[in-house]
Amino acid sequence: MSDIKKPNKRSFLYDAGTRSLVFQVVLLAIVLYVCYYLFSNLQANLDSRGISTGFSFLNEPAGFPILIHLISYTEADTYGRAFLVALINTCVISLLGIIFATIIGVIMGLSRLSRNWLVARLATTYIETLRNIPLLLQMFFWYFAVLAALPTPRHSYEFADFFLNKRGIYSPNPIIQEGFSIAVFGFMLSIVASIALIIWAKKRQTRTGLWFPAYWSSLGIIVVITLLAFAVAGFPLTFDLPHQTRFNIKGGMVLPPEFVAVLLALSTYTGAFIAEIVRAGILSVNWGQTEAARSLGLKDSLTQRLIVLPQALRVIIPPLTSQFLNLAKNSSLGAAIAYPELVSVVMGTTLNQTGQAIETIGLCMLVYGTLSLSISLFMNWYNKKMSLIER
Amino acid sequence: MKSNVGKILSTAAITAAISTGAVAGTLDDVKQKGFIQCGVSQGVPGFSNADNKGNWSGIDVDGCRAVAAAIFNDPSKVKFTPLSAKERFTALQSGEIDMLSRNTTWTYTRDVSLGLDFTAITFYDGQGFMVRKELGVKSAKDLDGATVCTQSGTTTELNMADFFRKNNMSYVPVIIQKADEAVAAYDSGRCDVFTTDKSGLAAWRTKLKNPSDNIILPETISKEPLGPVVRQGDEQWKDLVTWVLFAQVNAEEMGITSKNVAEIKKTTQDPSVRRLLGLDGDMGKDLGLSADWAYNVIAKVGNYGEEFDRNVGKDSPLDLPRGLNNLWNNGGIMYAPPVR
Repeated sequence: MSDIKKPNKRSFLYDAGTRSLVFQVVLLAIVLYVCYYLFSNLQANLDSRGISTGFSFLNEPAGFPILIHLISYTEADTYGRAFLVALINTCVISLLGIIFATIIGVIMGLSRLSRNWLVARLATTYIETLRNIPLLLQMFFWYFAVLAALPTPRHSYEFADFFLNKRGIYSPNPIIQEGFSIAVFGFMLSIVASIALIIWAKKRQTRTGLWFPAYWSSLGIIVVITLLAFAVAGFPLTFDLPHQTRFNIKGGMVLPPEFVAVLLALSTYTGAFIAEIVRAGILSVNWGQTEAARSLGLKDSLTQRLIVLPQALRVIIPPLTSQFLNLAKNSSLGAAIAYPELVSVVMGTTLNQTGQAIETIGLCMLVYGTLSLSISLFMNWYNKKMSLIER
Repeated sequence: MKSNVGKILSTAAITAAISTGAVAGTLDDVKQKGFIQCGVSQGVPGFSNADNKGNWSGIDVDGCRAVAAAIFNDPSKVKFTPLSAKERFTALQSGEIDMLSRNTTWTYTRDVSLGLDFTAITFYDGQGFMVRKELGVKSAKDLDGATVCTQSGTTTELNMADFFRKNNMSYVPVIIQKADEAVAAYDSGRCDVFTTDKSGLAAWRTKLKNPSDNIILPETISKEPLGPVVRQGDEQWKDLVTWVLFAQVNAEEMGITSKNVAEIKKTTQDPSVRRLLGLDGDMGKDLGLSADWAYNVIAKVGNYGEEFDRNVGKDSPLDLPRGLNNLWNNGGIMYAPPVR
């Protein structure tokens, strides 16, 4: 010990670790100070100009109805609740958009690789057309094309208790009666049973190599048990049927054309990009992998599922995440065609009525930030899960 | 999207501009740069509308031109900034524009909480409804259950909600960002009703596929006094914008038009006319203008009645009646304080 020199004061100053720590602390302090300065200056100047600030407006009655609300909402509810309704609308359209875009993307990506000439050319045309036209134009196209094609409410297409017209698709609205929880319980039970079955089948396959059609069987289990529970409870469901009135179809459930147009535009547009990502991913897997799988005697479907896809996914997931993020943010364009999402309700109507520009825009930025970060976090987790585990 | 970008930019701008502090003298700024930056709409026929060569016209546009005539003796020294309903106040607050002349309704909240001042009323409007004739609706009270198209970011939305609630009626709102698309949605049959200010309804109706298939219902459900807006805290600028309009109204009342003003200036002995035209006393000094500023306004832009007829009244495609906008001694409520 004694022959090792203790570091003197000079060497403490020249220590790389300490120095970088000091620099980082100083930088952080500067950034925080600049933020504080800007914020306090803004606050002071807003006050001096008599522009009111604060979030208290969220507790005041909003006074406007919203076209699509998945939670109960009336004009008498607060701006806070309107914000919540808009937030849910944004989340719903983003999630559905992501699901449909992925399905379209995978199908189109695979089709473009197809050996069938017609299928491959159709997929190519789809991809090149859709991804080269601005999304906003596509939204207007879907909205006004859908509207132009459909009849007026007085001349609705009728099928059983369904109506289709310019105001949307009307279907019977299920109303839950007493005893419905029994059916829900049956459904939950069947899900638990299916999961157990899948785990058991996987373990057995690892142990004995014997394969069991667990997915098809669990589908059967879910359908049968749920239906049985439903029957035992005495079919606890009635329907509110839509019917014609002076202006509109009343009652029932309605899927408005704004929702359909936004969903169509978002999923077909993003789907075109995803298709290219899927194609790139599959092409990135060396042909030798497929040949090796075949020489081991694997079927074509198994080769795809077990050999090609897991390797392709590693290439696909990172750019896919960007597409999902784009889609979530692009949902804000729905404001242009009356889909009541965040930008329309909060940065539109609420901002207009309260004049609180900084607060409402801040709220929206916070929501989009959080939404995008959540998607990002989830996809990063999935990416890690799918990445190559080297032993 | 364009308007989103604009909004974000103007929020950034307000943050930056507000950070720099105190309100400067707008008139001095305007004189120094040599023109007025005037916020107008993105296209409302009769109020502010650009033709295919980019020439703006309309009653709101003439409001800006009149102020330019008062300051520079040249109504062309105006630059126009088209603004959406949402962007307009932020653009004014941030100093991006010097005055907002964009069919903007004077309301309590806007006046007291936005750091802005309304000056005078250029047009008394009111919200109405337009429906297709085939529905057989004769009154706004028959609209229970109707689907209503309108533009977002205006008082229209709130008036509509109040009207339906007050009358215990339900409605389905279809709120679209730009007026063009809201009208297109109405025209395509998405909605039963389109609602906005009645002057706007008359203007939009001319643009529909079959204008004569649509009627404007008789009810007026709101008061919409429209007028120019300026930043709070610059009293000189506010007085200037206010009195340019008052001068035009007084001119109409005195029978002075752009055609006869030069003649009248030479011959008149009427003391109030002489004061208005700057012949007696120095009428411009306290406003920071030349004594004959009102003469310049009337000669270059005209009196209020001329402005009205040319843009929205009998000489325009809108052909709106004077109604409330007639002079107080002529059956309307247009009334300006005296020049003395």
